[in-house]
Amino acid sequence: MQAADRRVEKKTKHEPWRDPHADAYVRIENVTKRFGDFVAVNNVSLKIYKGEIFCLLGGSGCGKSTLLRMLAGFEAPTSGSIFIDGQDMAAVPPYERPVNMMFQSYALFPHMTVEKNIAFGLEQEKGLSRNDIATRVTDILEIVKLGQFAARRPHQLSGGQRQRVALARALVKRPKLLLLDEPLGALDKKLREATQFELINIQDQLGVTFMVVTHDQEEAMTLASRIGVMNRGEIVQIGTPTEIYEFPMTKFVADFIGSVNMFEGQLIEDLPDRARIKSDELGGVIYIDHGISSAPGAMVWAAVRPEKINILRQPPADTSENCVKGVVKEIAYMGDVSIYLVKIETGKTIRVTLPNVERLSDDERILWDETVWLTWHGSSPVVVTQ
Amino acid sequence: MKPVGARTVGTREQLGRLGPLWMFFFRYGPPRWSEYVLQNWSGQRLVIAIPYLWLLIFFLIPFLIVLKISFAEFLPLGRPPYAPVFQWVEEGAVQIKLWVTSFAFLMSEPLYVSSYVYSLKIALVSTIFCLLLGYPMAYAIARSSPTMRNLFLMLVILPFWTSFLLRVYAWIGLLKNDGVINNVLQFLGIIEEPLVMMNTSFAVYIGIVYSYLPFMILPLYSNLEKHDLTLLEAAQDLGAGPIKSFLRVTLPLSFPGIMAGSLLVFIPVVGEYVIPSLLGSKDETMIATLLWTEFYNNRNWPNASAVAIAMLLVLVVPIMIFQHFQNKELEAGRR
Amino acid sequence: MNTRGYFSKAMLALGFAFLYVPILLMVLFSFNASRAVTDWSPDSPSLRWYKQLLQDDQILSAAWVSIQVAAMSATGAVILGTLAGLVLARFGPFKGRALLRGLTTAPLVMPEVITGLSMLLLFVSLEQLFRVMFGWQFDRGMWTIVIAHVTFTMAYVTVVVQSRLSTFDDSLEEAALDLGARPAKVFFRITVPLILPAILSGWLLAFTLSWDDLVVTQFVSAPGSNTLPMVIFSRVRLGVNPVVNALATIMVLVVALGVILSAVLMRRQEQRRKREEQMAASG
Repeated sequence: MQAADRRVEKKTKHEPWRDPHADAYVRIENVTKRFGDFVAVNNVSLKIYKGEIFCLLGGSGCGKSTLLRMLAGFEAPTSGSIFIDGQDMAAVPPYERPVNMMFQSYALFPHMTVEKNIAFGLEQEKGLSRNDIATRVTDILEIVKLGQFAARRPHQLSGGQRQRVALARALVKRPKLLLLDEPLGALDKKLREATQFELINIQDQLGVTFMVVTHDQEEAMTLASRIGVMNRGEIVQIGTPTEIYEFPMTKFVADFIGSVNMFEGQLIEDLPDRARIKSDELGGVIYIDHGISSAPGAMVWAAVRPEKINILRQPPADTSENCVKGVVKEIAYMGDVSIYLVKIETGKTIRVTLPNVERLSDDERILWDETVWLTWHGSSPVVVTQ
Repeated sequence: MKPVGARTVGTREQLGRLGPLWMFFFRYGPPRWSEYVLQNWSGQRLVIAIPYLWLLIFFLIPFLIVLKISFAEFLPLGRPPYAPVFQWVEEGAVQIKLWVTSFAFLMSEPLYVSSYVYSLKIALVSTIFCLLLGYPMAYAIARSSPTMRNLFLMLVILPFWTSFLLRVYAWIGLLKNDGVINNVLQFLGIIEEPLVMMNTSFAVYIGIVYSYLPFMILPLYSNLEKHDLTLLEAAQDLGAGPIKSFLRVTLPLSFPGIMAGSLLVFIPVVGEYVIPSLLGSKDETMIATLLWTEFYNNRNWPNASAVAIAMLLVLVVPIMIFQHFQNKELEAGRR
Repeated sequence: MNTRGYFSKAMLALGFAFLYVPILLMVLFSFNASRAVTDWSPDSPSLRWYKQLLQDDQILSAAWVSIQVAAMSATGAVILGTLAGLVLARFGPFKGRALLRGLTTAPLVMPEVITGLSMLLLFVSLEQLFRVMFGWQFDRGMWTIVIAHVTFTMAYVTVVVQSRLSTFDDSLEEAALDLGARPAKVFFRITVPLILPAILSGWLLAFTLSWDDLVVTQFVSAPGSNTLPMVIFSRVRLGVNPVVNALATIMVLVVALGVILSAVLMRRQEQRRKREEQMAASG
């Protein structure tokens, strides 16, 4: 938990993307990649700043891996350009780029020991003596806590250890930018959580810029300083994890990150301090405690996260806004939270999650087929127009 | 999976003097690390060119020469014994003389026609016998325990590493009139007179099935070994008996293996020379023997070439089918 | 098990008997003191035919030629076949790839008489060409045999190398490039060590095929340059020859020893690896 705390602290200090004069470390400008008729990456522009962990998040086939491979130099952009530390990468082959990659499969050389694997990259550099190489390998092994495994071969290591060797092998080159392709994908859930914090720690310690590609939103949320959500070759939103989760800009992002209840409706009031949406899907009015600044009468969607909805057994005092009556159809007990699926009168099912704060006896608990009222606060809905 | 299509490989400047030629060959860019290598590393050209040129010069061009000579005029006393097909008559003009006598001879001579038919019959029948013996063997190997499987496989491969010629020769001692089989049968009183087995079609079948059996078993095994056994369990669970589940599940799934193995036997056997000349009869000749005789005894190179071309024409379709299955097998691991 | 299991097991036993009885009989008769297969001489077992074999200069010199040819052909086939396998497995779809694929698989099934005849006609044409163009006379001999053998054995090496390469993800090569190694270095430091077992077995396979080949060799060799299969063939055409039995026994023994030894070594390595993997997973 200590690592997480430190990160929260760091985040408030280090947000270069808010400063319009800050120099981007990696600049991707209008990059497009086509494979025949298929457009894998479509006109993507992106700035990554020194010292940040940038996560590209998207489903399979969204183009995130292709973008990563273009940064590493394995694919050439069909059009557009990539700059790293101000240098155009177009004519630079992968073996001369100041970039290293941690592969999804780790790609550890099976015929070399851990030590040799890590030293391989250094041996390719000119002007490094044997002693320099040995020192740097020992140092990095110390950082990833693999000192006693130096003489082992990859197949003699567990999954977590292999992951750290792959990380060490890429880091020992002191890259300006480290690319991580699904860095935790091959680990089981427990190990994944521990490793996430370890990764952040190491990144903090060495100050390397990370670019992570993942399809796992939880991984993106914990690791990233900023997330770029990709869909069909395009970046649909860039923002901090909080921004992405709390203020999605499109239906796709709201839907993709976590679960959400989406209500289509018509904007009937739009003032600087409040807005109202009349939704037939909900069968009521949604009140929002801030302005939307959209055309009145426009069709919009209001997204409400399941954990931001309250369940009441008695009707609240005011049922005119942000309130709906329904019947509990399904209950899933997940341990830390319970999920309730409530069917409202329009036929739509709403998903609600409640933390299991206290142990409740059966008659205190909300049960199947009970009639309940769902309410939420005016700050909870997020309105998206596309 | 990544779709592959036309893409630029590099500019003319990047590719150097051979650029245009290069771009002709590599209009379709490769997908992975190779793409970058292709653009930036001239060594790649060499890597492709070396085996390519070797095979063009020593495998493809020779066939064209055979084709050319099959249309040449036979000169019994010439050195080499054929007239040139292409000749410079005057400046800038080439005279082409094509003789179809060799092919006409091939079609009109009953000996040739019958030996073609005989070769195809031998190849077909021995392929079937190889399959009938090889399939159950491959099946039993694929379904045995991993330790036994390795032992059995080794036993199948071992004869393959020992001399083919000597293994065929071993059968002479068994099949002769005073050979082991006849001796044993006479000793047991089953026969009075020795059975004539040497220099018959029977001996040829034995020799071929014996020599080519590993070629049938190995592709069948590698196919059967990959089958998911839960499929059979599913079939039995759904009420299919063992025979029915074999016929409806295992057999159709092993079709690529059957094709690969059968063609790996059938195609070379059509042109088999050693086995019929050691074990076969003098009256019924296989096509390879005729080619040999035409070439060495009659020194008729155009006729020998025509025999080869005719053999190739028969085999072109099987060879292409074989390549199809072979490549499917080899590239199955990749996407 | 069901009846199908018993049937296939019985066929397996029958098949192995079919494969091995002739070889075993040949081994047995190599120790028979008598020339005839008919009777088992009372002086047996004897090493008479082995002694005669050791004094047979024709066989010994032919064997020496065969070893040289096979070693050179196998080496050439491994170099060319590895390159071809690498190109087919790793260099993606380039125009002309289909032809290369065809040229590497066709020799696997091409009847030997066709290969032999076409190679000979090529060499004859080259002879003519060189004589007319440069006034330079060359003769067929060991080098023509080697070229022919390289051509038809490299197909086998290609298949072995290609299928080995296709079991490896090319992210290993990409990782090496990413770490700063140039393509040639990637090939020698990463690709070659990974496919070394395939290269070795490809070499052995090519060696055996070349060592064993009769038909192609007969076509492309010069009169007088004899390989071992040519000598054996000319002798056994006349019937059973006990010296050949002795020779065959030696060859079978060498091969069997080699195969068994390598199988044992591989098994040991496999077991050690499995143990280590289990230890790594649990620790």
